[in-house]
Amino acid sequence: MSNTLLDNVNEKLKAKFGEGILSAEMHYDFPVFTIRKDIIHDVIKFLKEDEELAFGFLTTMCGLHYPDNAGHELGVMYQLHNMPKNYRIRLKTFFAISDPQIPTITDLYATANWMERQEFDFFGIIFKGHPNLKRILNMDEMTYHPMRKEYPVEDGTREDKDDKMFGR
Amino acid sequence: MSTIQKSKIEIAKAPEGIEGPGFFATQIDKVVGMARANSLWPLPFATSCCGIEFMATMASTYDLGRFGAERLSFSPRQADLLMVMGTISKKMAPVLRQVYEQMAEPKWVLSMGACASSGGVFDTYSVLQGIDRIIPVDVYIPGCPPRPEQVLDGILQIQELAKSESIRRRDTEEYKNMLAKYNIE
Repeated sequence: MSNTLLDNVNEKLKAKFGEGILSAEMHYDFPVFTIRKDIIHDVIKFLKEDEELAFGFLTTMCGLHYPDNAGHELGVMYQLHNMPKNYRIRLKTFFAISDPQIPTITDLYATANWMERQEFDFFGIIFKGHPNLKRILNMDEMTYHPMRKEYPVEDGTREDKDDKMFGR
Repeated sequence: MSTIQKSKIEIAKAPEGIEGPGFFATQIDKVVGMARANSLWPLPFATSCCGIEFMATMASTYDLGRFGAERLSFSPRQADLLMVMGTISKKMAPVLRQVYEQMAEPKWVLSMGACASSGGVFDTYSVLQGIDRIIPVDVYIPGCPPRPEQVLDGILQIQELAKSESIRRRDTEEYKNMLAKYNIE
């Protein structure tokens, strides 16, 4: 069933967006599409408004950071769900860390509001057009985006943890 | 059926003093200290699993009420003892500090569990690495989480402090210096 879903969605997207669909493959029974950054908003709008596909629910979103992927270090993952027919797909899009901007999808899904704030908070991804893009979980005084790989996860101010015992 | 069981309840002993027929003289510090120690009003600042263990401490099996601390105060203005139980994130730190500042003297702070005392396993960018970085702490309880017996022991240690401190400890130079270190007025 999932393979037919992959082919079905891929066919429709290819017909509408052509080369903008970079890849379409199954990851552990889950259809995953990689989309070019500039058309991501149009693709999601199409998937939501298409009468047959009708992905009316945004299950989740998250940021991605692959430091070795030169020119495409940062990314965003979207997971869409068609509740009446119960099928789901995943979309990914990647862009350079030097220009971490991507259009917001809060105009399509209200639930994206807090999720995009979280991605901004942890990865520094700027969602253009977001109504209230500020930190949501970390304290406001924080000066960096902690889930980017160059920052250590530890606090760094602990004095009781030395190299000998904790491999610092 | 006529055996009368002896009561196991012990009444707090009177402080040292001079006793005679019809009078008893002692220091006011000791009387006030005894009263404070045996009627602490704790403010439970419970943020995670240590709070669950504290609930067991309050409930009938362990019964914190036996030590005169059954009246929890959820207003910092009326509380004597701030019990911090659980992970304190850096975002929560200003809130905890404000709660401490709102408490009236005399006040004591008990830090329960590894997280409140040192950050515990949460050695991460978002967690405060011990509440003693923002407020002074009187008693630390180790454990993850500590057992209710340990919490009771911690409360008894606070009671010892309450008994032995002068009634106006906030006027002492030592106490003022300690607060100044934390930038608390």
